[in-house]
Amino acid sequence: MATELSAFVTNLTLFVLAAFVGYEIITKIPTNLHTPLMSGANAISGITLLGSVVVAGSGSNGLATALGFLAVVMATINVVGGYLVSHFMLDQFRGGGN
Amino acid sequence: MAGILAQYLPDAALQLAYLIAGILFIQGLRDMTHPRTATRGNQISAAGMFLAVLVTALWFDIVSPLILGAGLLVGGGIGVWLAVTVETTEMPQLVGLFNGFGGGASALVAGAELIDVLASGGSLSIDLTATAAIAGIIGSVTFWGSLVAAGKLHGIVGDSPVSTNVGHAIKVLFLGAAVVAGLVLVIQPEMLGNSPMASWIPSYWVLVAAASILGIFLVVPIGGADMPVVIALLNSYSGLAAATTGFVLGNTALIIAGTLVGASGLILTVIMCESMNRSLTNVLFGGLGGDDDDGEDMEDIYEGQIQETSPEEVVMLLETADRVVVVPGYGMAVAQAQHAVAELVDLLDEHGVDVEFGIHPVAGRMPGHMNALLAEADVPYDKMRELEEVNPTFSQTDVAIVCGANDVVNPRANEDDGSPISGMPVLNVAEANTVIVNKRSLSPGFSGIPNPLFARDNTSMLFGDAKESMQDLVNDYKEATD
Repeated sequence: MATELSAFVTNLTLFVLAAFVGYEIITKIPTNLHTPLMSGANAISGITLLGSVVVAGSGSNGLATALGFLAVVMATINVVGGYLVSHFMLDQFRGGGN
Repeated sequence: MAGILAQYLPDAALQLAYLIAGILFIQGLRDMTHPRTATRGNQISAAGMFLAVLVTALWFDIVSPLILGAGLLVGGGIGVWLAVTVETTEMPQLVGLFNGFGGGASALVAGAELIDVLASGGSLSIDLTATAAIAGIIGSVTFWGSLVAAGKLHGIVGDSPVSTNVGHAIKVLFLGAAVVAGLVLVIQPEMLGNSPMASWIPSYWVLVAAASILGIFLVVPIGGADMPVVIALLNSYSGLAAATTGFVLGNTALIIAGTLVGASGLILTVIMCESMNRSLTNVLFGGLGGDDDDGEDMEDIYEGQIQETSPEEVVMLLETADRVVVVPGYGMAVAQAQHAVAELVDLLDEHGVDVEFGIHPVAGRMPGHMNALLAEADVPYDKMRELEEVNPTFSQTDVAIVCGANDVVNPRANEDDGSPISGMPVLNVAEANTVIVNKRSLSPGFSGIPNPLFARDNTSMLFGDAKESMQDLVNDYKEATD
Protein backbone atom coordinates (compact mmCIF):
# COMPACT_ATOMS: atom_id res chain seq x y z
CA MET A 1 0.00 0.00 0.00
CA ALA A 2 2.83 2.36 0.90
CA THR A 3 4.52 1.90 -2.48
CA GLU A 4 1.20 2.32 -4.27
CA LEU A 5 0.66 5.58 -2.47
CA SER A 6 4.13 6.88 -3.22
CA ALA A 7 3.65 5.94 -6.89
CA PHE A 8 0.45 7.97 -6.86
CA VAL A 9 2.23 10.95 -5.36
CA THR A 10 4.98 10.67 -7.97
CA ASN A 11 2.33 10.71 -10.68
CA LEU A 12 0.64 13.65 -9.00
CA THR A 13 3.96 15.52 -8.99
CA LEU A 14 4.28 14.99 -12.72
CA PHE A 15 0.71 16.15 -13.23
CA VAL A 16 1.19 19.38 -11.30
CA LEU A 17 4.52 20.23 -12.94
CA ALA A 18 3.16 19.50 -16.43
CA ALA A 19 0.19 21.74 -15.68
CA PHE A 20 2.49 24.65 -14.84
CA VAL A 21 4.67 24.10 -17.91
CA GLY A 22 1.57 23.85 -20.10
CA TYR A 23 0.15 27.05 -18.67
CA GLU A 24 3.37 28.99 -19.20
CA ILE A 25 3.82 27.88 -22.81
CA ILE A 26 0.25 27.95 -24.01
CA THR A 27 -0.53 31.45 -22.77
CA LYS A 28 2.29 32.60 -25.09
CA ILE A 29 0.69 31.11 -28.21
CA PRO A 30 -0.88 33.88 -30.37
CA THR A 31 -4.61 33.83 -31.25
CA ASN A 32 -3.61 33.36 -34.87
CA LEU A 33 -2.49 29.85 -34.09
CA HIS A 34 -5.31 28.79 -31.79
CA THR A 35 -7.01 26.54 -34.32
CA PRO A 36 -3.87 24.59 -35.21
CA LEU A 37 -2.96 24.56 -31.51
CA MET A 38 -6.28 22.99 -30.65
CA SER A 39 -6.02 20.45 -33.39
CA GLY A 40 -2.43 19.65 -32.42
CA ALA A 41 -3.22 19.42 -28.72
CA ASN A 42 -6.08 17.23 -29.73
CA ALA A 43 -3.67 14.90 -31.48
CA ILE A 44 -1.55 14.78 -28.34
CA SER A 45 -4.59 13.75 -26.33
CA GLY A 46 -4.71 10.70 -28.59
CA ILE A 47 -1.78 9.56 -26.44
CA THR A 48 -4.42 7.31 -24.89
CA LEU A 49 -3.29 5.18 -27.81
CA LEU A 50 -0.47 4.08 -25.49
CA GLY A 51 -3.00 2.83 -23.00
CA SER A 52 -4.86 1.05 -25.77
CA VAL A 53 -1.66 -0.58 -26.99
CA VAL A 54 -0.89 -1.87 -23.51
CA VAL A 55 -4.40 -3.16 -22.96
CA ALA A 56 -4.93 -4.61 -26.43
CA GLY A 57 -1.63 -6.39 -26.09
CA SER A 58 -1.43 -7.55 -22.53
CA GLY A 59 -4.49 -9.65 -21.97
CA SER A 60 -5.76 -13.02 -22.95
CA ASN A 61 -9.34 -11.96 -22.33
CA GLY A 62 -11.36 -11.76 -25.55
CA LEU A 63 -13.61 -8.90 -24.47
CA ALA A 64 -10.71 -6.79 -23.23
CA THR A 65 -8.93 -7.36 -26.53
CA ALA A 66 -11.99 -6.36 -28.54
CA LEU A 67 -12.40 -3.17 -26.52
CA GLY A 68 -8.69 -2.55 -26.81
CA PHE A 69 -8.89 -2.91 -30.59
CA LEU A 70 -11.72 -0.40 -30.80
CA ALA A 71 -9.76 1.99 -28.56
CA VAL A 72 -6.69 1.62 -30.80
CA VAL A 73 -8.76 2.53 -33.86
CA MET A 74 -10.34 5.58 -32.21
CA ALA A 75 -7.12 6.86 -30.68
CA THR A 76 -5.23 6.41 -33.94
CA ILE A 77 -7.85 8.39 -35.85
CA ASN A 78 -7.42 11.14 -33.28
CA VAL A 79 -3.62 11.13 -33.44
CA VAL A 80 -3.11 10.79 -37.19
CA GLY A 81 -6.02 13.03 -38.17
CA GLY A 82 -5.17 15.68 -35.59
CA TYR A 83 -1.53 16.03 -36.58
CA LEU A 84 -2.34 16.03 -40.30
CA VAL A 85 -5.06 18.68 -40.02
CA SER A 86 -2.70 20.86 -37.95
CA HIS A 87 0.05 20.33 -40.48
CA PHE A 88 -2.12 21.40 -43.41
CA MET A 89 -3.31 24.47 -41.53
CA LEU A 90 0.17 25.50 -40.41
CA ASP A 91 1.48 25.07 -43.93
CA GLN A 92 -1.02 27.69 -45.02
CA PHE A 93 0.14 30.07 -42.32
CA ARG A 94 3.70 29.71 -43.51
CA GLY A 95 2.63 30.18 -47.14
CA GLY A 96 0.90 33.41 -46.21
CA GLY A 97 3.86 34.91 -44.44
CA ASN A 98 5.95 35.78 -47.47
CA MET B 1 5.07 -10.77 -20.03
CA ALA B 2 7.81 -8.90 -21.77
CA GLY B 3 8.23 -7.77 -25.35
CA ILE B 4 11.35 -7.60 -27.48
CA LEU B 5 12.77 -4.45 -25.93
CA ALA B 6 12.00 -5.39 -22.34
CA GLN B 7 14.11 -8.56 -22.62
CA TYR B 8 17.27 -6.61 -23.31
CA LEU B 9 16.80 -3.27 -21.60
CA PRO B 10 16.31 -2.29 -17.96
CA ASP B 11 12.90 -1.02 -16.86
CA ALA B 12 14.22 2.51 -16.68
CA ALA B 13 14.66 2.55 -20.47
CA LEU B 14 10.90 2.68 -21.00
CA GLN B 15 10.60 5.58 -18.54
CA LEU B 16 13.47 7.30 -20.31
CA ALA B 17 11.74 6.95 -23.67
CA TYR B 18 8.59 8.46 -22.15
CA LEU B 19 10.65 11.34 -20.77
CA ILE B 20 12.03 12.02 -24.24
CA ALA B 21 8.51 11.89 -25.69
CA GLY B 22 7.39 14.35 -23.01
CA ILE B 23 10.25 16.71 -23.89
CA LEU B 24 9.31 16.51 -27.57
CA PHE B 25 5.68 17.38 -26.77
CA ILE B 26 6.74 20.40 -24.71
CA GLN B 27 9.26 21.59 -27.30
CA GLY B 28 6.61 21.10 -29.99
CA LEU B 29 4.21 23.36 -28.09
CA ARG B 30 6.97 25.92 -27.53
CA ASP B 31 7.53 26.11 -31.28
CA MET B 32 3.81 26.74 -31.71
CA THR B 33 4.29 30.18 -30.16
CA HIS B 34 5.39 31.58 -33.52
CA PRO B 35 3.92 30.96 -36.99
CA ARG B 36 7.40 30.54 -38.47
CA THR B 37 8.32 27.64 -36.23
CA ALA B 38 4.83 26.21 -35.74
CA THR B 39 4.99 23.65 -38.54
CA ARG B 40 8.24 22.30 -37.11
CA GLY B 41 6.65 22.24 -33.66
CA ASN B 42 3.81 20.13 -34.92
CA GLN B 43 6.27 17.69 -36.48
CA ILE B 44 8.34 17.50 -33.29
CA SER B 45 5.20 16.75 -31.34
CA ALA B 46 4.23 14.04 -33.85
CA ALA B 47 7.73 12.56 -33.54
CA GLY B 48 7.23 12.38 -29.78
CA MET B 49 3.99 10.51 -30.31
CA PHE B 50 5.61 8.11 -32.79
CA LEU B 51 8.43 7.38 -30.34
CA ALA B 52 6.05 6.80 -27.44
CA VAL B 53 3.78 4.46 -29.40
CA LEU B 54 6.63 2.53 -31.01
CA VAL B 55 8.48 1.96 -27.75
CA THR B 56 5.30 0.95 -25.94
CA ALA B 57 4.31 -1.50 -28.67
CA LEU B 58 7.74 -3.11 -28.66
CA TRP B 59 8.06 -3.08 -24.89
CA PHE B 60 4.94 -4.87 -23.85
CA ASP B 61 4.30 -8.38 -24.97
CA ILE B 62 1.82 -8.02 -27.76
CA VAL B 63 -0.12 -11.26 -27.76
CA SER B 64 -1.87 -10.30 -30.93
CA PRO B 65 0.31 -7.98 -32.99
CA LEU B 66 -2.16 -8.68 -35.76
CA ILE B 67 -4.99 -7.01 -33.86
CA LEU B 68 -2.84 -4.08 -32.82
CA GLY B 69 -1.49 -3.62 -36.34
CA ALA B 70 -4.97 -3.86 -37.81
CA GLY B 71 -6.23 -1.25 -35.34
CA LEU B 72 -3.39 1.13 -36.17
CA LEU B 73 -3.92 0.61 -39.89
CA VAL B 74 -7.69 1.09 -39.79
CA GLY B 75 -7.49 4.13 -37.49
CA GLY B 76 -4.60 5.66 -39.41
CA GLY B 77 -6.40 5.15 -42.72
CA ILE B 78 -9.60 6.78 -41.48
CA GLY B 79 -7.60 9.63 -39.92
CA VAL B 80 -5.67 10.37 -43.12
CA TRP B 81 -8.81 10.11 -45.23
CA LEU B 82 -10.72 12.55 -43.01
CA ALA B 83 -7.84 15.03 -42.79
CA VAL B 84 -7.20 15.02 -46.54
CA THR B 85 -10.80 15.24 -47.72
CA VAL B 86 -12.08 17.84 -45.25
CA GLU B 87 -13.14 21.27 -46.55
CA THR B 88 -11.68 24.21 -44.63
CA THR B 89 -15.16 25.30 -43.65
CA GLU B 90 -15.77 21.89 -42.06
CA MET B 91 -12.65 22.12 -39.93
CA PRO B 92 -14.40 22.99 -36.64
CA GLN B 93 -16.60 19.89 -36.68
CA LEU B 94 -13.68 17.66 -37.69
CA VAL B 95 -11.57 18.93 -34.80
CA GLY B 96 -14.55 18.26 -32.55
CA LEU B 97 -14.98 14.77 -33.95
CA PHE B 98 -11.30 13.83 -33.50
CA ASN B 99 -11.50 15.14 -29.98
CA GLY B 100 -14.45 12.88 -29.26
CA PHE B 101 -12.55 9.82 -30.46
CA GLY B 102 -9.72 10.60 -28.05
CA GLY B 103 -12.16 10.73 -25.15
CA GLY B 104 -13.96 7.59 -26.29
CA ALA B 105 -10.67 5.71 -26.47
CA SER B 106 -9.88 6.72 -22.87
CA ALA B 107 -13.20 5.35 -21.64
CA LEU B 108 -12.74 2.08 -23.53
CA VAL B 109 -9.16 1.62 -22.32
CA ALA B 110 -10.18 2.04 -18.70
CA GLY B 111 -12.97 -0.55 -19.13
CA ALA B 112 -10.71 -2.99 -20.93
CA GLU B 113 -8.05 -2.62 -18.24
CA LEU B 114 -10.58 -3.44 -15.49
CA ILE B 115 -11.80 -6.54 -17.33
CA ASP B 116 -8.25 -7.59 -18.07
CA VAL B 117 -7.05 -7.26 -14.49
CA LEU B 118 -9.99 -9.26 -13.19
CA ALA B 119 -9.66 -11.95 -15.88
CA SER B 120 -6.00 -12.47 -15.15
CA GLY B 121 -6.78 -13.09 -11.49
CA GLY B 122 -5.72 -9.70 -10.13
CA SER B 123 -7.70 -7.73 -7.60
CA LEU B 124 -9.33 -4.40 -8.37
CA SER B 125 -7.54 -1.97 -6.07
CA ILE B 126 -9.16 1.30 -5.07
CA ASP B 127 -6.77 3.52 -7.00
CA LEU B 128 -7.40 1.47 -10.15
CA THR B 129 -11.19 1.57 -9.89
CA ALA B 130 -11.29 5.20 -8.80
CA THR B 131 -9.18 6.45 -11.68
CA ALA B 132 -11.03 4.15 -14.10
CA ALA B 133 -14.30 5.69 -12.92
CA ILE B 134 -13.00 9.22 -13.54
CA ALA B 135 -11.57 8.27 -16.95
CA GLY B 136 -14.87 6.57 -17.81
CA ILE B 137 -17.00 9.60 -16.91
CA ILE B 138 -14.76 12.22 -18.55
CA GLY B 139 -14.11 10.04 -21.59
CA SER B 140 -17.79 9.26 -22.21
CA VAL B 141 -18.91 12.86 -21.71
CA THR B 142 -16.15 13.99 -24.10
CA PHE B 143 -17.09 11.40 -26.73
CA TRP B 144 -20.81 12.11 -26.84
CA GLY B 145 -20.47 15.82 -26.15
CA SER B 146 -18.03 16.15 -29.03
CA LEU B 147 -20.27 14.17 -31.36
CA VAL B 148 -23.20 16.49 -30.57
CA ALA B 149 -21.00 19.58 -30.94
CA ALA B 150 -19.69 18.32 -34.28
CA GLY B 151 -23.28 17.57 -35.33
CA LYS B 152 -24.33 21.11 -34.46
CA LEU B 153 -21.41 22.59 -36.38
CA HIS B 154 -22.24 20.37 -39.34
CA GLY B 155 -25.89 21.38 -39.21
CA ILE B 156 -27.19 17.88 -38.44
CA VAL B 157 -28.21 18.77 -34.89
CA GLY B 158 -30.28 21.92 -34.30
CA ASP B 159 -28.02 24.71 -33.10
CA SER B 160 -30.42 26.99 -31.26
CA PRO B 161 -29.85 27.39 -27.54
CA VAL B 162 -32.42 25.99 -25.10
CA SER B 163 -32.44 26.37 -21.36
CA THR B 164 -35.10 24.45 -19.50
CA ASN B 165 -35.43 23.27 -15.94
CA VAL B 166 -36.26 19.78 -17.19
CA GLY B 167 -32.96 19.80 -19.06
CA HIS B 168 -31.04 20.78 -15.93
CA ALA B 169 -32.84 18.11 -13.92
CA ILE B 170 -31.90 15.44 -16.48
CA LYS B 171 -28.25 16.50 -16.31
CA VAL B 172 -28.21 16.34 -12.52
CA LEU B 173 -29.99 12.96 -12.61
CA PHE B 174 -27.52 11.32 -14.96
CA LEU B 175 -24.49 12.91 -13.32
CA GLY B 176 -25.80 11.44 -10.07
CA ALA B 177 -26.30 8.03 -11.69
CA ALA B 178 -22.75 8.08 -13.07
CA VAL B 179 -21.31 9.04 -9.69
CA VAL B 180 -23.30 6.33 -7.88
CA ALA B 181 -22.16 3.72 -10.41
CA GLY B 182 -18.61 4.99 -9.88
CA LEU B 183 -18.94 4.60 -6.11
CA VAL B 184 -20.27 1.08 -6.52
CA LEU B 185 -17.31 0.33 -8.77
CA VAL B 186 -14.87 1.62 -6.17
CA ILE B 187 -16.46 0.18 -3.05
CA GLN B 188 -17.84 -3.11 -4.34
CA PRO B 189 -16.00 -3.89 -7.58
CA GLU B 190 -16.88 -7.55 -7.37
CA MET B 191 -20.45 -7.06 -6.30
CA LEU B 192 -21.82 -9.86 -8.44
CA GLY B 193 -19.38 -12.42 -7.08
CA ASN B 194 -18.83 -15.34 -9.40
CA SER B 195 -21.79 -14.91 -11.71
CA PRO B 196 -20.86 -14.84 -15.38
CA MET B 197 -21.88 -11.19 -15.64
CA ALA B 198 -19.31 -10.20 -13.03
CA SER B 199 -16.36 -10.50 -15.39
CA TRP B 200 -17.80 -7.62 -17.42
CA ILE B 201 -17.63 -5.22 -14.45
CA PRO B 202 -21.24 -4.08 -15.07
CA SER B 203 -21.02 -1.09 -12.73
CA TYR B 204 -18.39 0.44 -15.02
CA TRP B 205 -20.64 0.16 -18.05
CA VAL B 206 -23.60 1.62 -16.17
CA LEU B 207 -21.31 4.53 -15.40
CA VAL B 208 -20.35 4.84 -19.06
CA ALA B 209 -24.00 4.75 -20.16
CA ALA B 210 -25.04 7.43 -17.65
CA ALA B 211 -22.07 9.64 -18.54
CA SER B 212 -22.86 9.23 -22.24
CA ILE B 213 -26.41 10.52 -21.76
CA LEU B 214 -25.02 13.32 -19.60
CA GLY B 215 -22.60 14.28 -22.37
CA ILE B 216 -25.43 14.51 -24.89
CA PHE B 217 -27.68 16.58 -22.63
CA LEU B 218 -24.82 18.88 -21.68
CA VAL B 219 -24.15 20.01 -25.23
CA VAL B 220 -27.57 19.81 -26.93
CA PRO B 221 -28.92 22.96 -25.20
CA ILE B 222 -25.86 25.09 -26.04
CA GLY B 223 -26.18 27.42 -29.03
CA GLY B 224 -24.05 27.15 -32.16
CA ALA B 225 -22.15 30.40 -31.57
CA ASP B 226 -20.96 29.13 -28.18
CA MET B 227 -19.36 26.09 -29.81
CA PRO B 228 -15.83 27.59 -29.65
CA VAL B 229 -16.09 27.39 -25.88
CA VAL B 230 -17.57 23.90 -25.91
CA ILE B 231 -14.98 22.53 -28.33
CA ALA B 232 -12.14 24.05 -26.30
CA LEU B 233 -13.58 22.71 -23.05
CA LEU B 234 -14.08 19.21 -24.47
CA ASN B 235 -10.51 19.38 -25.76
CA SER B 236 -9.44 20.03 -22.21
CA TYR B 237 -11.57 17.09 -21.00
CA SER B 238 -10.00 14.67 -23.45
CA GLY B 239 -6.60 15.72 -22.16
CA LEU B 240 -7.69 15.18 -18.56
CA ALA B 241 -9.17 11.81 -19.54
CA ALA B 242 -5.80 10.83 -20.99
CA ALA B 243 -4.00 12.01 -17.86
CA THR B 244 -6.40 10.02 -15.68
CA THR B 245 -5.82 6.95 -17.84
CA GLY B 246 -2.13 7.58 -17.16
CA PHE B 247 -2.84 7.34 -13.42
CA VAL B 248 -4.77 4.06 -14.05
CA LEU B 249 -1.93 2.49 -15.98
CA GLY B 250 0.93 4.20 -14.13
CA ASN B 251 2.10 5.64 -17.45
CA THR B 252 4.12 8.86 -17.21
CA ALA B 253 3.87 9.77 -20.91
CA LEU B 254 0.08 9.75 -20.65
CA ILE B 255 0.13 11.94 -17.56
CA ILE B 256 2.47 14.57 -19.04
CA ALA B 257 0.82 14.72 -22.47
CA GLY B 258 -2.72 14.59 -21.09
CA THR B 259 -2.01 17.40 -18.64
CA LEU B 260 -0.53 19.61 -21.38
CA VAL B 261 -3.67 19.16 -23.45
CA GLY B 262 -5.88 19.74 -20.43
CA ALA B 263 -4.07 23.03 -19.74
CA SER B 264 -4.27 24.07 -23.38
CA GLY B 265 -8.01 23.44 -23.63
CA LEU B 266 -8.71 25.15 -20.33
CA ILE B 267 -6.73 28.27 -21.28
CA LEU B 268 -8.56 28.51 -24.61
CA THR B 269 -11.86 28.08 -22.78
CA VAL B 270 -11.05 30.91 -20.38
CA ILE B 271 -9.91 33.18 -23.24
CA MET B 272 -13.17 32.52 -25.13
CA CYS B 273 -15.32 33.22 -22.07
CA GLU B 274 -13.47 36.43 -21.23
CA SER B 275 -13.88 37.57 -24.82
CA MET B 276 -17.64 37.35 -24.33
CA ASN B 277 -17.63 38.69 -20.77
CA ARG B 278 -19.55 35.60 -19.73
CA SER B 279 -18.80 32.99 -17.12
CA LEU B 280 -18.27 29.40 -18.13
CA THR B 281 -21.40 28.49 -16.16
CA ASN B 282 -23.41 30.96 -18.19
CA VAL B 283 -22.12 29.53 -21.47
CA LEU B 284 -22.77 25.95 -20.42
CA PHE B 285 -26.12 26.39 -18.68
CA GLY B 286 -27.34 29.89 -19.51
CA GLY B 287 -28.90 29.31 -22.93
CA LEU B 288 -28.26 32.83 -24.23
CA GLY B 289 -30.43 34.24 -26.99
CA GLY B 290 -33.26 32.40 -28.67
CA ASP B 291 -35.99 34.77 -27.47
CA ASP B 292 -37.27 37.12 -30.11
CA ASP B 293 -39.24 39.59 -27.99
CA ASP B 294 -36.86 42.33 -29.08
CA GLY B 295 -38.68 42.58 -32.41
CA GLU B 296 -40.38 45.94 -31.82
CA ASP B 297 -37.29 47.35 -30.23
CA MET B 298 -35.50 46.51 -33.44
CA GLU B 299 -37.94 48.42 -35.63
CA ASP B 300 -37.62 51.47 -33.36
CA ILE B 301 -33.89 51.47 -33.77
CA TYR B 302 -33.71 50.77 -37.47
CA GLU B 303 -36.79 52.68 -38.74
CA GLY B 304 -35.70 55.26 -41.30
CA GLN B 305 -32.11 55.06 -40.11
CA ILE B 306 -30.71 52.43 -42.44
CA GLN B 307 -28.65 53.64 -45.37
CA GLU B 308 -28.10 51.16 -48.15
CA THR B 309 -25.07 51.30 -50.38
CA SER B 310 -23.84 49.61 -53.55
CA PRO B 311 -20.51 48.01 -54.48
CA GLU B 312 -19.79 51.00 -56.79
CA GLU B 313 -20.20 53.47 -53.93
CA VAL B 314 -18.04 51.39 -51.63
CA VAL B 315 -15.30 51.25 -54.25
CA MET B 316 -15.38 55.03 -54.54
CA LEU B 317 -14.77 55.22 -50.81
CA LEU B 318 -11.98 52.67 -51.01
CA GLU B 319 -10.23 54.57 -53.79
CA THR B 320 -9.66 57.57 -51.57
CA ALA B 321 -8.99 55.63 -48.37
CA ASP B 322 -5.60 55.55 -46.71
CA ARG B 323 -6.44 53.00 -44.10
CA VAL B 324 -9.00 50.16 -44.26
CA VAL B 325 -9.82 47.56 -41.61
CA VAL B 326 -11.78 44.42 -42.47
CA VAL B 327 -13.71 42.73 -39.67
CA PRO B 328 -14.67 39.18 -40.60
CA GLY B 329 -17.33 37.12 -38.83
CA TYR B 330 -19.05 33.78 -39.04
CA GLY B 331 -20.96 35.03 -42.10
CA MET B 332 -17.69 35.06 -44.02
CA ALA B 333 -17.11 31.42 -43.11
CA VAL B 334 -20.65 30.39 -44.07
CA ALA B 335 -20.43 32.10 -47.45
CA GLN B 336 -16.84 30.84 -47.92
CA ALA B 337 -15.95 34.41 -48.78
CA GLN B 338 -12.38 34.26 -47.41
CA HIS B 339 -10.76 34.07 -50.87
CA ALA B 340 -12.73 37.03 -52.21
CA VAL B 341 -11.95 39.04 -49.06
CA ALA B 342 -8.28 38.15 -49.33
CA GLU B 343 -8.22 39.24 -52.98
CA LEU B 344 -9.78 42.58 -52.08
CA VAL B 345 -7.24 43.14 -49.33
CA ASP B 346 -4.41 42.20 -51.69
CA LEU B 347 -5.66 44.70 -54.27
CA LEU B 348 -5.90 47.48 -51.70
CA ASP B 349 -2.44 46.62 -50.45
CA GLU B 350 -1.04 46.80 -53.98
CA HIS B 351 -2.50 50.27 -54.33
CA GLY B 352 -0.72 51.48 -51.24
CA VAL B 353 -3.66 51.33 -48.85
CA ASP B 354 -2.80 50.45 -45.26
CA VAL B 355 -5.17 47.50 -44.85
CA GLU B 356 -5.55 45.06 -41.95
CA PHE B 357 -7.95 42.55 -40.48
CA GLY B 358 -9.46 43.13 -37.06
CA ILE B 359 -10.29 39.74 -35.58
CA HIS B 360 -12.46 39.19 -32.53
CA PRO B 361 -11.46 36.17 -30.43
CA VAL B 362 -14.92 34.57 -30.62
CA ALA B 363 -15.66 35.31 -34.28
CA GLY B 364 -16.53 32.02 -35.92
CA ARG B 365 -17.11 28.59 -34.48
CA MET B 366 -13.77 27.64 -32.94
CA PRO B 367 -10.82 29.45 -31.38
CA GLY B 368 -8.82 31.14 -34.14
CA HIS B 369 -11.40 30.17 -36.78
CA MET B 370 -11.12 33.41 -38.78
CA ASN B 371 -7.32 33.26 -38.72
CA ALA B 372 -7.35 29.70 -40.05
CA LEU B 373 -9.75 30.60 -42.87
CA LEU B 374 -7.78 33.70 -43.87
CA ALA B 375 -4.51 31.76 -43.74
CA GLU B 376 -6.06 29.28 -46.15
CA ALA B 377 -6.71 32.23 -48.48
CA ASP B 378 -3.00 33.17 -48.23
CA VAL B 379 -3.47 36.25 -46.06
CA PRO B 380 -0.13 37.01 -44.36
CA TYR B 381 -0.47 36.51 -40.63
CA ASP B 382 0.97 39.95 -39.85
CA LYS B 383 -2.17 41.45 -41.41
CA MET B 384 -4.40 39.75 -38.83
CA ARG B 385 -4.73 41.99 -35.80
CA GLU B 386 -6.21 41.11 -32.45
CA LEU B 387 -8.92 43.15 -30.78
CA GLU B 388 -6.59 45.03 -28.42
CA GLU B 389 -4.21 45.91 -31.24
CA VAL B 390 -6.77 47.12 -33.73
CA ASN B 391 -9.26 48.96 -31.50
CA PRO B 392 -7.07 52.05 -30.89
CA THR B 393 -6.55 52.39 -34.66
CA PHE B 394 -10.19 52.74 -35.72
CA SER B 395 -10.19 56.51 -35.13
CA GLN B 396 -7.48 56.80 -37.82
CA THR B 397 -9.28 54.40 -40.15
CA ASP B 398 -11.10 55.69 -43.23
CA VAL B 399 -13.22 52.65 -44.01
CA ALA B 400 -14.10 49.70 -41.81
CA ILE B 401 -15.63 46.78 -43.70
CA VAL B 402 -17.65 44.41 -41.53
CA CYS B 403 -18.03 41.13 -43.39
CA GLY B 404 -20.60 38.77 -41.89
CA ALA B 405 -20.05 39.85 -38.28
CA ASN B 406 -22.69 41.25 -35.94
CA ASP B 407 -22.48 40.84 -32.17
CA VAL B 408 -18.70 41.35 -32.11
CA VAL B 409 -19.14 44.90 -33.51
CA ASN B 410 -22.27 45.82 -31.53
CA PRO B 411 -21.65 49.11 -29.66
CA ARG B 412 -24.34 48.17 -27.13
CA ALA B 413 -21.75 45.91 -25.53
CA ASN B 414 -19.96 49.05 -24.32
CA GLU B 415 -23.06 50.23 -22.49
CA ASP B 416 -24.05 48.88 -19.15
CA ASP B 417 -27.69 48.35 -20.05
CA GLY B 418 -28.09 44.73 -19.05
CA SER B 419 -28.25 43.45 -22.63
CA PRO B 420 -26.97 39.89 -23.16
CA ILE B 421 -23.69 41.21 -24.58
CA SER B 422 -23.22 44.06 -22.11
CA GLY B 423 -19.57 44.27 -21.05
CA MET B 424 -18.31 42.05 -23.85
CA PRO B 425 -15.19 43.51 -25.49
CA VAL B 426 -16.13 44.47 -29.07
CA LEU B 427 -14.42 45.96 -32.09
CA ASN B 428 -15.26 49.68 -32.04
CA VAL B 429 -15.67 50.00 -35.80
CA ALA B 430 -18.01 53.00 -35.40
CA GLU B 431 -14.96 55.14 -34.62
CA ALA B 432 -13.87 54.77 -38.24
CA ASN B 433 -14.83 57.49 -40.73
CA THR B 434 -17.17 55.20 -42.63
CA VAL B 435 -18.43 51.75 -41.75
CA ILE B 436 -19.59 49.35 -44.46
CA VAL B 437 -21.57 46.42 -43.09
CA ASN B 438 -21.94 43.51 -45.46
CA LYS B 439 -24.78 41.26 -44.28
CA ARG B 440 -27.61 39.40 -45.93
CA SER B 441 -30.27 41.14 -43.85
CA LEU B 442 -30.80 43.10 -40.66
CA SER B 443 -31.51 39.95 -38.69
CA PRO B 444 -29.90 39.92 -35.24
CA GLY B 445 -26.80 37.92 -34.40
CA PHE B 446 -26.58 35.07 -31.94
CA SER B 447 -27.33 37.30 -28.96
CA GLY B 448 -30.76 38.04 -30.45
CA ILE B 449 -30.51 41.81 -29.92
CA PRO B 450 -30.53 44.56 -32.56
CA ASN B 451 -27.32 46.31 -33.47
CA PRO B 452 -27.44 50.14 -33.23
CA LEU B 453 -24.29 50.25 -35.37
CA PHE B 454 -26.41 49.60 -38.46
CA ALA B 455 -28.45 52.74 -37.82
CA ARG B 456 -25.53 55.11 -37.30
CA ASP B 457 -24.95 58.03 -39.64
CA ASN B 458 -21.53 56.83 -40.73
CA THR B 459 -22.71 53.27 -41.39
CA SER B 460 -23.91 51.99 -44.75
CA MET B 461 -25.34 48.55 -45.33
CA LEU B 462 -24.10 46.49 -48.26
CA PHE B 463 -26.78 43.82 -48.36
CA GLY B 464 -25.97 40.50 -49.97
CA ASP B 465 -24.10 37.22 -49.74
CA ALA B 466 -20.58 37.86 -48.43
CA LYS B 467 -18.81 36.02 -51.23
CA GLU B 468 -20.76 37.72 -54.04
CA SER B 469 -20.51 41.16 -52.44
CA MET B 470 -16.76 40.88 -51.89
CA GLN B 471 -16.28 39.58 -55.42
CA ASP B 472 -18.26 42.58 -56.73
CA LEU B 473 -16.01 44.91 -54.76
CA VAL B 474 -12.93 43.21 -56.21
CA ASN B 475 -14.21 43.50 -59.79
CA ASP B 476 -15.37 47.10 -59.44
CA TYR B 477 -12.16 48.12 -57.74
CA LYS B 478 -10.10 46.55 -60.53
CA GLU B 479 -12.15 48.42 -63.14
CA ALA B 480 -11.92 51.70 -61.29
CA THR B 481 -8.17 51.56 -60.80
CA ASP B 482 -7.19 50.28 -64.24
